[in-house]
Amino acid sequence: MTFMQSNALSTPASISTVSAEEPKISVIGTAAYLIEAPGAFDLPAQRRIWALAHAVEPWPEVREIVPGVTNLLVILKRTPEEPEQFEARLRHEWDCARGIDLIGKTVEIPVTYGGEHATDLAAVCDFTGLTDREVVRLHWQGNYTVVALGSAPGFGYLHGLDPRIHMPRKTVPSLRMLKGTVTIGGMQTGVSVLTGPNGWNSIGFAELQMFDPMKNPPALLAPGDKVRFVPERIEL
Amino acid sequence: MIEILQTGPLNTVQDLGRFGFRNAGVTSSGAMDWLALTIGNLLVGNGEGEAALEVQTFPFRLRFERGTTVAITGADCDARLDGRRLPPWWSVPVSTGQVLELDAPRRSARAYLTFAGGIDIEPVMGSRSTSLRGGFGGLDGRFLAANDRLGIGSAYACAVPPGGFGVMPPEAALAEHFPASQDGTLLVRAIPAGEYALFGAEAERFWTQTWKISSQSDRTGYRLAGEPIRLASPVELRSHGVVPGVVQMPPSGEPIVQMSDANTAGGYPKMAGVIDIDLWRLGQARIGSRIQFVQSSVTEALAAERAVQAYLEDIRRTVPMLAHALAAMSRR
Repeated sequence: MTFMQSNALSTPASISTVSAEEPKISVIGTAAYLIEAPGAFDLPAQRRIWALAHAVEPWPEVREIVPGVTNLLVILKRTPEEPEQFEARLRHEWDCARGIDLIGKTVEIPVTYGGEHATDLAAVCDFTGLTDREVVRLHWQGNYTVVALGSAPGFGYLHGLDPRIHMPRKTVPSLRMLKGTVTIGGMQTGVSVLTGPNGWNSIGFAELQMFDPMKNPPALLAPGDKVRFVPERIEL
Repeated sequence: MIEILQTGPLNTVQDLGRFGFRNAGVTSSGAMDWLALTIGNLLVGNGEGEAALEVQTFPFRLRFERGTTVAITGADCDARLDGRRLPPWWSVPVSTGQVLELDAPRRSARAYLTFAGGIDIEPVMGSRSTSLRGGFGGLDGRFLAANDRLGIGSAYACAVPPGGFGVMPPEAALAEHFPASQDGTLLVRAIPAGEYALFGAEAERFWTQTWKISSQSDRTGYRLAGEPIRLASPVELRSHGVVPGVVQMPPSGEPIVQMSDANTAGGYPKMAGVIDIDLWRLGQARIGSRIQFVQSSVTEALAAERAVQAYLEDIRRTVPMLAHALAAMSRR
């Protein structure tokens, strides 16, 4: 890692990890700072990111914050005059951040597993060595936590997928995956919210509306929410 | 009201963008050239964030169903009002029944039409910008079509003289603050981003070659064609927020620059981020044109930002004075 560090440190405005236990802070352009938690994709790391988000959001120079999967993007209203100082404040805030539990609601999502929209279920079986029934059961028996929203309006990245059904994203995305498709992408699962190209693996379909621009808030899910998939029908 | 008589696809209603919902996966949208939209609004006496028409496919024609003031900024599209040529970056009073026409520009990509009082549509989540991907905002979340009619706000028409008036285009007024090449390649300043170091010595080629903006480019992002730059082994990052200007390196090795309709999250390695003050220029780059990235710094970006703000401040101050003076002269 030392090579990367020295390279990154020699590049102005792109300071990288100092040690494995430190967060990595980098910039996108002049007014967006990405802070990435060290360590694994787990809920303790996510809770600390949520705590950081909570602390940073009221800062007057902050326009928007975007919590991601064990990371946080902080978008400023304008380019800071003293970028190093701002980065030091972020780092200090991370050091102070203790994990917080967001008090979320529980959302039940009725799902039709299998059937015409589960075009990748066979591939998941091949990859995992499980039967379709086992894949479906492991999926609906999971207790999921919304770690972040992103990618498309109202799309929730869910943590809690059983490692036995982790499945890498497809190298060739489906060109027109329907909104409502229940999918697995790596160690994450979610319900697609827009019809279009999608590289995640489809195993079912849900009718529930996840986003309505006329509602406040427009997204059904929020970070910290618990999600249960309810097998309404299983068509295998 | 205005009525759209002729339009190509992808022309939309845009303002300065929809902020505060990126954490729900909602892209900011907004004008690809925010500076042109801002100046257009100033030229018709509007608040700077009123909605405008962003025109990027041509020819485009509209008819005014009542008198108002219109400004045309951004790309020079040989604008004609009832056949009479209007200079670029120009504001002019129009009367009922007049027809405004725009043709494909020879350089730059997008023109902005602003109207005194703005475009009268309901904001969605705090903005009138069209989110094509989300299917909301602007005109029902879609692009303009012939026979569409849009309401114009009923602000006081600002005192624009009959012949109109204009401003010096920002490319000319700010030339010394934005680098230019000899051969027409757009120089885009950028700062190394999170995964820059992973590319090692290969990263050098990111700066030294020119990249062509491929035909698979739109308001969401530009795909760049050139000599690929690949990682020895592919890296898939955890999903994280991104902003317009991020330069991502997918496994193909050809960069993607996210633009106004940028995805809110990404997982590709990030080579660089375009400095925010250069985004309006990149927003005017055309498909098929060439760009080259120039390594920049926050200090340089801040200097350019100050220059743009001074230019805008000058317009804010002089437009009302100039308009009144010219109007008074024309009454004599």
